Amino acid sequence: MTESIIRAHAVEKYYLQPDGSRIEVIAPVDLDVEPGKIITLLGPSGCGKSTLLRILTGLSKPSSGEVLWHGKPITSQNAGVAIVFQSFALFPWLTVLDNVEAPLEARGVAAMERHKRALRILDTVGLDGFESAYPKELSGGMKQRVGFARALVVEPEVLFMDEPFSALDVLTAENLRGELLELWLSKKMPTKAIFIVTHNIEEAVLLADRVIVLARNPAWVRADFAVELAHPRDRKSPRFIELVDYIYKIMTQPQLALPVPDANPSAQKPARQKYQMIPHARVGGIAGLLELLQDRGGKEYLHRLAEVLIMDAEDLLPIVEASVLLGFATLEGGDVQLNAEGTQFAEADILTRKILFRQAALNHVVILQQIDSILHAKADHSISEEFFYDVLDEHFSEDEVQRQFDTAMNWGRYAEIFDFDRESHRLTLAEPVGEPHPPTSTPVQS
Amino acid sequence: MPRPSAAGLPDLVMFSAGLALFYGVIEVGRNWLGPFHPQVEISRRLSDLPVYAGYSLLRIALAYVLSLLFAIGYGYIAAYRSNAERFMIPLLDVLQSIPVLSFLPGVMLAMAALFPGRQLGVELGAVLLIFTGQVWNMAFSFYASLKSIPREMREAAKIYRFNWWQRFLQIELPFATIGLVWNSMMSVAGAWFFLMACEQFGDFRLPGLGSYLQAAADDGDTRSILFGIMTMVAVIVLIDQFVWRPVIAWAEKFKMEQVESADAPTSWVLDFLRRSRGVALFRKRAVSPLREQMVHYFASKEDARSQSSGENITLLWVGRVLGVAALGAIAYAVVRVIMILTDLRGTDFHHIGIGLLATWLRVNLTLVLGALWTIPVGVAIGFNPRLARIAQPLAQIAASVPATAVFPVVLLVLIRFGGGLGLGSIVLLLLGTQWYILFNVIAGAMAIPTDLKEAASVFGINGWERWRKLILPGIFPFLVTGMITASGGAWNVSIVAEYAHLKGQTYSTVGIGEMISAATDAKNFNLLLASTIALAAVVVTTNRLVWRRLYRLAETRFKLEG
Repeated sequence: MTESIIRAHAVEKYYLQPDGSRIEVIAPVDLDVEPGKIITLLGPSGCGKSTLLRILTGLSKPSSGEVLWHGKPITSQNAGVAIVFQSFALFPWLTVLDNVEAPLEARGVAAMERHKRALRILDTVGLDGFESAYPKELSGGMKQRVGFARALVVEPEVLFMDEPFSALDVLTAENLRGELLELWLSKKMPTKAIFIVTHNIEEAVLLADRVIVLARNPAWVRADFAVELAHPRDRKSPRFIELVDYIYKIMTQPQLALPVPDANPSAQKPARQKYQMIPHARVGGIAGLLELLQDRGGKEYLHRLAEVLIMDAEDLLPIVEASVLLGFATLEGGDVQLNAEGTQFAEADILTRKILFRQAALNHVVILQQIDSILHAKADHSISEEFFYDVLDEHFSEDEVQRQFDTAMNWGRYAEIFDFDRESHRLTLAEPVGEPHPPTSTPVQS
Repeated sequence: MPRPSAAGLPDLVMFSAGLALFYGVIEVGRNWLGPFHPQVEISRRLSDLPVYAGYSLLRIALAYVLSLLFAIGYGYIAAYRSNAERFMIPLLDVLQSIPVLSFLPGVMLAMAALFPGRQLGVELGAVLLIFTGQVWNMAFSFYASLKSIPREMREAAKIYRFNWWQRFLQIELPFATIGLVWNSMMSVAGAWFFLMACEQFGDFRLPGLGSYLQAAADDGDTRSILFGIMTMVAVIVLIDQFVWRPVIAWAEKFKMEQVESADAPTSWVLDFLRRSRGVALFRKRAVSPLREQMVHYFASKEDARSQSSGENITLLWVGRVLGVAALGAIAYAVVRVIMILTDLRGTDFHHIGIGLLATWLRVNLTLVLGALWTIPVGVAIGFNPRLARIAQPLAQIAASVPATAVFPVVLLVLIRFGGGLGLGSIVLLLLGTQWYILFNVIAGAMAIPTDLKEAASVFGINGWERWRKLILPGIFPFLVTGMITASGGAWNVSIVAEYAHLKGQTYSTVGIGEMISAATDAKNFNLLLASTIALAAVVVTTNRLVWRRLYRLAETRFKLEG
C-alpha cells in the first residue's frame, strides 16, 4: 500500500443562509490521491466537482474537514500542484515564453535558469518555435499546450486538470489526450499523479486508472472503481463499452445501487432508462424533409436524402430522428418512410400544419407534455424558464440543456403550446389555433 | 521591422527631449517657489505663448499623474476590501456627478490661504481642482476592471504562487489598462475645461493659455485671441499624436481577445520609439535588471510571509484607527456645515431656490436645443460615410477646444452685439455640451445595421415614420449616454457662464452659478457653501431619478444585439 500524496478527510462544503440553515454543496467526502495513477472525477455539470478540485489543491478551504499534503495541512504555498484550466487562463499580454516563465518568476528562479527550463518544457509539449507568439495567435489546442507547459514547468507532484479538453473541438481534444497519455506513460514528466475533472464519460474511461463518479445535491461519491484496461485503449472493445454504459447508468439513475460489473462479459445489461432527448431540429427543417419525402413518393434511402440535400449525416440525422419521434415517419434499415400523419402534414396548409404539429408534439414529446400540463395546472398559466432548466439539468450537460431548451422552445412556440417572453423569461399558456378563443386575441389567428 | 539605419534620428530626438525636460523643471521651480503675484501680468507677446502653453500643460500633467495614482489606490482598496467597498462605490457615484467647478472658488481661496506668500498655493489649487474633475471615472474604471478579472486567471495566479507584485504587474494592471487609457483620454479632455476656468478665476490669475485668452479678450485683441486658440488646438492635436495614439496602439496587446483583430490601431510615434536604439538599450540596461531585482525581492518576501502565518495585526489596527479618524472628521464637518446653514437667513434660501430653478431650466433648455440640432446633423453624418470622413475630424477639433477657453471671446462678441448674459449663458452652455450629444448621435446612427435601413426603404417607411420606427429607437441608447454626459457638463459650465468679469465690468444673470460666483466675490462663505451643497444635491437627485432610469431603459429595450 503506497502512501497518499493528498488525503482529504470528511471535507464538506456548504453555504450558510441568512436564516441559519445550510445549503450543502459537497457532503462529507473522503478522498485519497495516490502516486502512480491517473484519477478522473466524473459527474454531471454543476455537481460540485470543480469545487472539490479546488479544495484538493488548497485553492479554497472546505467548510469542515481537512486536506493533508503528505500528512500536513495543505496550503496553496506548500502544495506541489499545478492546474490546467478549461479556459486555459493564459495571460494574453504575455508571450508564450513569458506565460510559462511566470510561475518560475514567482518562485524567484534566476533569469537564465527560468529561460532554460521554460524552453525545455515548451519543447516537450511540441511548442518550439512559438516562444515569442502571443496566445491570441494560437489555436485552441496550441493554447492548451501552453497551459500544459505552464503547469509542467513547476514540476508538480500532482497535476490537476479541470475539464482540460472541453473547450476544444473533438479532433484536437483526441489528439491532446493521446499526447498527454504518451507523456505520462513514457514518464517524460516528473509528475506522480494526475487528477482530471471531466463530464465526458468516454474520456474518463480512456484515460483513467481510477474513476470516481460524483452524484449531486449535494455531491457525494457515487462510485469509485479501478479501470484495469491496458493502454492504448480501444473505444470499440466490449469491456470499454461496458464500462461507459455502466457509468451512464449510475449517472442517470442515482438512486439505484449498482455493483461494478466484473470483467466477466456474461454480466447482464439492463435497459438504460434516460430522459427523452429531443433531436436538435427546427420545425422548418422537419417540414422540409416531410415535403421532400412526399415529393419522392413517401420513401427514400437516408444516404440518397443526404445527397439530394447536400447535407452531412450529422446534420440530417437529427431532422430524421425528430420526424420519427413526432410520429411523422418511420425508420426501417436505411429507409425513411412517411406515414399517414406525415403525409397529412406535408399536404396541409400553414394553419392546419400547426394543429397537426401540436397534436404530434403533445403526444410524443415528454418535455412539451410537462410544460403543457404545468401551465394548465398553474393559476396564472405562466412559469419561469428556470423551472425547465432545472428539470433538464437533472439529465443533461450544461450545453445540452441549452440545446434541449432551445429546441423545445422552437417546437412549443410553433405549436402554440406556450408563448415565451424573452424579457421576463417566462412561459405563458398560448391560445392555440383551432380552439375557440375570445375575439380579443391576436388577428394573426383569424 | 526595426531598421538600424533609422536609429540615429530617434536617439537624437530622445536626447533633445531629455534636455528640454530638464530646462523646464528648473524654470518651473523658480516660478512656483517664488513669491505670490496677486496680479500676474499676462504678456501678449507671441513668443510667450509656448511658455504659457507649457505651464498649462504642466498643470494638466501633474493633476493627471496624481489622478492615476489615486485612481489605482482607490480602485484597489474598493475591489479587495469588501467592507470598504460598501461605502466607497456609492461615494464614487456621488462624487462623479457633483459639478466640480462649484468647488473652484472654495478650493482656490483655501489653497491660497494655506500657502501665504507663495505662488505654490494657487498652483496646487488648480492642480487639485483638475484632479477632482478627472479622477473618479478613472478610479471606477480600475475598480470595475479588477472586479472582472476571470476567476480562472486569479486561480492560476494563486496556484502558481504569484506574489503581490507579480499579480499587480502581470494581471491586474494589464487587465485594467484599456479601460484606464480610454478613461484617461476623457479625463484629460475634461481637465482642459477645468484648467481654463482655473486660470481665469478671479484675482488668482495663473500664467497659462486660459489667462492669455482672457487678457486678450479683455483688450479686444482679435489677433492674440486667434493665436491663443490656435495654440490651444495645436497642443491638443500634439498630445493626441504623441501621447494617446501611441498609448492606444501599445494597449492593443492587453485586449482580452481570443483572436487577433484585423484592423488594430497603429501609431507612427510608437513605431518610432520601438525603432530607437536608445530606448532598447535603456530597457536592456535599466528596466530589465530592475525588474529582475523586483522579482527576486518579492519572491523572497513572499517565502518569508508564507512561513510566518497569520494576518498582519499592526496593519489591521492602523486601518481601523484611520477609519475611525476619517469617520470623526466627517462627523465634525457635517456638524459644522449644519451650524453654518442654520446661520443663513430665510431670504438666502429663497434666492438659492430661485437660482436652482433658473439654472435647472437653462440646463434642460440647452439639452433640448442641443438635441434638436445635433440629432438631424448627427444622423446625416452617421448615415453618409463620405460626409463623415470630412465632418468628423472637424467636429473633433471643434469639440477639443474647451468651452471655457473661448468664453471670454464669446462674451466679448455677445456684449458688442448688445446681448446680455441671459441669452449669452445659454450660448455658452451649448458650446460646452452639444458635442457630447453630437458624437454619440453619430456613433448611434453608424451602429444602425444596414439591413434594417434597407428593410425600412423596401417597406416604404419614409419621412417621419422612418424616424419614429428606425432612427430614433436605433440611436436612443447613444442619445441617452450623450445627454447624461452633456447634462453633467452643462451644470459645470453654468458656474462660469452665469457670472463673468470682462473689461472691468461684471455681467451676470439669475442662477445658482451666479450665486456661487457672486458669493465668492463678496467673500460670503456661508452662502457659497449653501449654494454649492444645494447644487450638488439637485444634480445627484436628477441623475438618480431621471438619467439612470433612462439609461436602464436604453440598456434593456433599445439595445441592438446580434
